[in-house]
Formats: sequence, C-alpha cells, structure tokens
Amino acid sequence: MISVDLLEFARGPALWASLAVLILGSLWRVAALWRLGAAPDLSEPRSTRVIAGAMRCIFGRMVLRHEFGRRGMLGAVNGYLYHIGLAVLVFGYLPHISFIKRLTGLAWPALPETVVYVAVGLTFLGLFVALIERLTDPVRRLLSGFDDYFSWFVVILPCITGMIAINASHPVRPAPALPLDPLPLAIHLLSVELLFVWLPFGKLAHAFLVFASRGVTGAALERKGAAL
Amino acid sequence: MEPTALERARAALDSAKAPDARRAAQAFVALTGRDAAIQLEACVNCGYCAEACHFHLVTGDPRYTPVYKLRPMLQAYRRERAPFAWLKRLLGMAPPEPTAQALADWSELLYDSCNLCGRCTLACPMGIDIAGLVRQAREGMAAAGFAPADLYAAAGRALEAGSPMGVRWPALKRQIELQARETGLEIPVDVEGADYLVVLSSMEIIGYPEVIGALARIFRQAGLSWTIPSEGFEATNVGVQIGSREVAATLLSRIVDAAERLKVKYVISPECGHAYSALRWEGPNLLGRPYSFKVVLITELLDQLVREGRLRARGKDARRLTFHDPCQIVRRGGVSQAPRRLMDEVSGNFVEMPASGATNFCCGGGGGVSAIHRAEKLRFAAFERKKRQLDATGAEALVTCCANCRNVLEEAMEQYGMTQPVLGLTELVAQYLEPEEHRP
Repeated sequence: MISVDLLEFARGPALWASLAVLILGSLWRVAALWRLGAAPDLSEPRSTRVIAGAMRCIFGRMVLRHEFGRRGMLGAVNGYLYHIGLAVLVFGYLPHISFIKRLTGLAWPALPETVVYVAVGLTFLGLFVALIERLTDPVRRLLSGFDDYFSWFVVILPCITGMIAINASHPVRPAPALPLDPLPLAIHLLSVELLFVWLPFGKLAHAFLVFASRGVTGAALERKGAAL
Repeated sequence: MEPTALERARAALDSAKAPDARRAAQAFVALTGRDAAIQLEACVNCGYCAEACHFHLVTGDPRYTPVYKLRPMLQAYRRERAPFAWLKRLLGMAPPEPTAQALADWSELLYDSCNLCGRCTLACPMGIDIAGLVRQAREGMAAAGFAPADLYAAAGRALEAGSPMGVRWPALKRQIELQARETGLEIPVDVEGADYLVVLSSMEIIGYPEVIGALARIFRQAGLSWTIPSEGFEATNVGVQIGSREVAATLLSRIVDAAERLKVKYVISPECGHAYSALRWEGPNLLGRPYSFKVVLITELLDQLVREGRLRARGKDARRLTFHDPCQIVRRGGVSQAPRRLMDEVSGNFVEMPASGATNFCCGGGGGVSAIHRAEKLRFAAFERKKRQLDATGAEALVTCCANCRNVLEEAMEQYGMTQPVLGLTELVAQYLEPEEHRP
C-alpha cells in the first residue's frame, strides 16, 4: 500500500505545494524584475507604434532569419521539434487533459493517441539531440552550466516516467481514481512536480520571460525604426 | 563646490590608473534596470548569436560568442540583484564576483571583439538586445579601469582638445578656408539663427575634408541656411564607445551648447554611425532632458531634399557601385531606405550586396574597435566576411555614409589587396548635383 500512499501524496499535498511554488515563484520572479524599473527614453521617437513593435518581435522571432547561417540550423529545427512535441503531449494527451480539467475545470478534445506517441518519440529525439549538441558544440559547451543540464533533466524525466506509466497503466481511459499499478503514476506525477518546482528558478522560466524579452527589445527597436 | 561636468568626466577617466573589480561589479549591478534584467534572465544559452558575429565566424573561437561576452555582468547581476539572489547566496549557489583578472581578460571580449553592430541582437531567438547589453557592460568596465588604454587616451584627448584625434578649431578653420576657396562658396561659421547646425567627425576633417565643400554646394542649391560652430564642432563621442556616461555627456553637451547658443532648429549628424547614435538616441538620456532642436542625419536630409525637388541630380555614375550599410545608421538606427534612394539617384548601376541592409556585416571597426591598436589584427581578420559580401557584387567602387566605416574599409581593403575606391555618399550626391546655371 506504500505505492497507493505515494500516489495520494503526489496527487495531494505534493501537487498543491509544487503548484504553489510554480505560481508564486514565477510571480515573484516577474515582480522582482518589474520593480527594477526603467528610465524613460527622452529621445524623440521615430515611431510611436511601440506595442506593434513588441508584438512583431514576439511573433516574428518565432521564425529564425535565414541570413544567420546553416551551422545553427540543426539546433533551430531541433528547437521547434521538441517544443512542439512537448506541447502536443502536454495538451493533446487525454489523461493530461483530464488532469488539467480536474485542476481547473477546463477541457478540450484530445488528439489521437498515434499523434501523441509520434510527438513523444520526436520529443525524446529532440531532447537527446539538444543534449548532444550542448555537450559537443564548442559554443554551447562553453555557455552551459548546471542550470542548462538540470533543466534538461527535469524536462526529460517526466517524459521517461510518463512512458513507464503508460505501459503500466491503461491509456484508453481518462485517469481513473486508482490505476492498476499506482507506483509508476505516482513517480510520474512527482517528476512533473519537480519540474513545477524548478521552473521559476532556472532557465525554464524562459517559458514566460521570452515574451517580456522580445517585447522590450521589439518596443525599443521600433521606437528607432530599426530592424526587428 | 560641486565638480563641473568636465571635472567629473576627468575623474571618471582616472579610474584607468587603478582598476577595481568591486567597482566594476557595483556598476554592472547598478546599470541593470528592468529591461536589461529581463533580457539577461531570458537567455537559454542556445549559442545562436555566435552565428551572427563576424568575430566568431572568422576565428571559430567560442569565446567570441556575443552573449558570452556578457558573462561578468551576468555574474555580478546574478550574485547581487537577480530575483532569489539572496536565496542563492544563502545556499552557496550564487556565482562568485568577477575577479580583476577575469575583467582584464574580458576587456578583449567586450571591446576588441565587439563592434556593437547589433547583428547578434537581430539573430537572438529570445529577442535579447545583446549589443545594447554589451554597451551597458562597457560602462562597468570603463568605470572600473578595465577599458582599453587607447580608448581612455582618445577620451582624454576628446575632453581636453575637443576631438578624439586631437583636432582643434584652427585645423578645422584651415580646412573650411581651403574648401571655401575650392568651391568658391561661403562656408558660414557661428551664424546665429541659422536653420541647420553642421557638426563633423574628426575623421572627415582630417581624412575627407571635401565633405565640407560638398555640404556647401548642397546647402547652396537647396537654399538652406546653415552654419558650422567653432566650439562643439566634433560630432563623434568616444564616451559612448568606451562606456563612460560622464565623458559622453560632457562631449555631447558641447554640441547642445553650440546649438542652443546659435539658436538653430536642426543639428545635422554627419556621416558617422556612432556619432548619429550618440547624438540622436543617447544624447537626451545622457543629459537628462529632451533637446530644443531636432537631430537629422545628413543622409536623411539629402533624401528629403531630393524628394522635395530642392536638390536635383544631373547625370549618374556609370560604374558598378555597391553600398555598405553602417550598422548604427541602418540596422540600429532605422535609416535604411534613404541611402538607397540616394544611390538610385546618382548611380546608373547600383547593386546590393547579399544580406544587405539590416543583416549586413560590419566593417569591423565600429564600436571604437578601430581606435584600439591591439585589436587591429582581429579587425582585419573580421573584414573577411565583409570582403565576401563585396566580392559577390563585382562592384567597381564602394559607397558608404560613415566616415569611420570608410576609413576602416580603406585600411582593410588595402590589407587584402583590393583596389576599389571607397566613396562618401554626401560627396557623391554633391558631385552629381545639377549645376547652378541649369536650375530654373
């Protein structure tokens, strides 16, 4: 019954505690950055459409410019691969949608399981290619530190534990009260909770900081009429 | 008694005599406001910016990865100012403070191998203005004595003589007299109430004084009133390049004083990328107040005058010409179409380089690099990327609208055995102006 207790813990106190850390930590990080303040720009703007500039930078930078060489193309394409793959498996897999519905009341139609399994495969591939690039490319190796490797670990861990949980569980039904073997699911949930706890403190916070970073740069460049 | 701006600027340069890592760390932290902090925090270490940097591309050295150049600033920020910095210090997870040795080593990365060209900013998938952050990091380096000696010396000359190259008013006066004789036109000096105040870069005064005559012909044909100030004539700002706010503000205030003394409506920024950036975008923020006049780049003014029909060209240059985009004017300054319209006006065979405009390669000498003697070999190596762009056009001559680019290009092209001339756009426009007798 230890595994049942562990699942109860993972679904109960651990989940709520990790969500609290995720939300409060993220809010704290954003608020701490925001309160640093910015001096007003006193130069005469060439363009006052700074919000449009921010938006153009936020969305425009999703597509990389072809002028910047092909050496980085593998990394760029791979980036699309595992980001899209993660989005598909987090938001398209029926048990995950049920989990989100239990927490928030929000639900949407699930993707076919085949699509999700292909996405899982591509995500694994993408994440391992990312790690190999980080370890072998001189630039990425020089830039990388604990945050990069630990963040990689906390992202791939739920993917691995999730695959184990699928095999041990029952993928055709939306998460019931108790699976056949509660231990793999408990471990999967705990690994997701580790990701929640780490996200606000490390580089995974780029999930929300990317919009702020692109936004402030886009606004500043648009103000000058400069290239975005 | 309060020290004057000049005394504060001199004191700032004195830091070079006693480098101090703690002072650098304090400056890095103090300089990191909201926007800079958001950008520093958003980096995912993807290394994509390396693909944009000519210094990395030609050497393959990973240390020249643009975002890596920010390491000391990032380290100081993460240790002292970042969210949860206190927690990380408590847990022993905070990065150490940058050491004097590390900062001395980083001087090469933040100065010699960065033109502040902003190509990396354009490449960054996270939208980080890496060039802008390098510019800020230089402020910490300069305040603590870790900037290159050549830039401290140039800043000292700018403060004392009025020009980083030591050009004083008598030298400019002599060039004005020569150009007045050459063109047969009056070149107005210190005329109160003129519409346009023209300031120049030392490089133009010493290397390309014909631009003064060209301006005289242009203003004459356009029927505009203009003047050159005998004080505050130097447009370049080594304070911005080295990263000293005190020096930058002092140099800038000389131009502003001249403009206000002569009650002009416009100050014309000359063909100089960093002068334009300093005067147009950084100036009001350095001085803490908006200007009472407008700043217009000479290229923008020429384009406007041509479009209004106040300047008319006769004939066109038949050579195959291409245009080098000065980074601070085009990519970072938002003036990309005006020089192209002017090129079409005066050239019958204008060809663009591959990756022209926003993604062009720097000449290699911007951001003060051309003034750093120890960086010369690296600068010439970096030019290899520009050379590829040039070679692809098969151009017989190269045109640009920055005197510093022009000088750097000439030096580098000589190194590579290239024989094409490098022309200034203002002079080219003046050369093809409709002669006086043909005007209605």
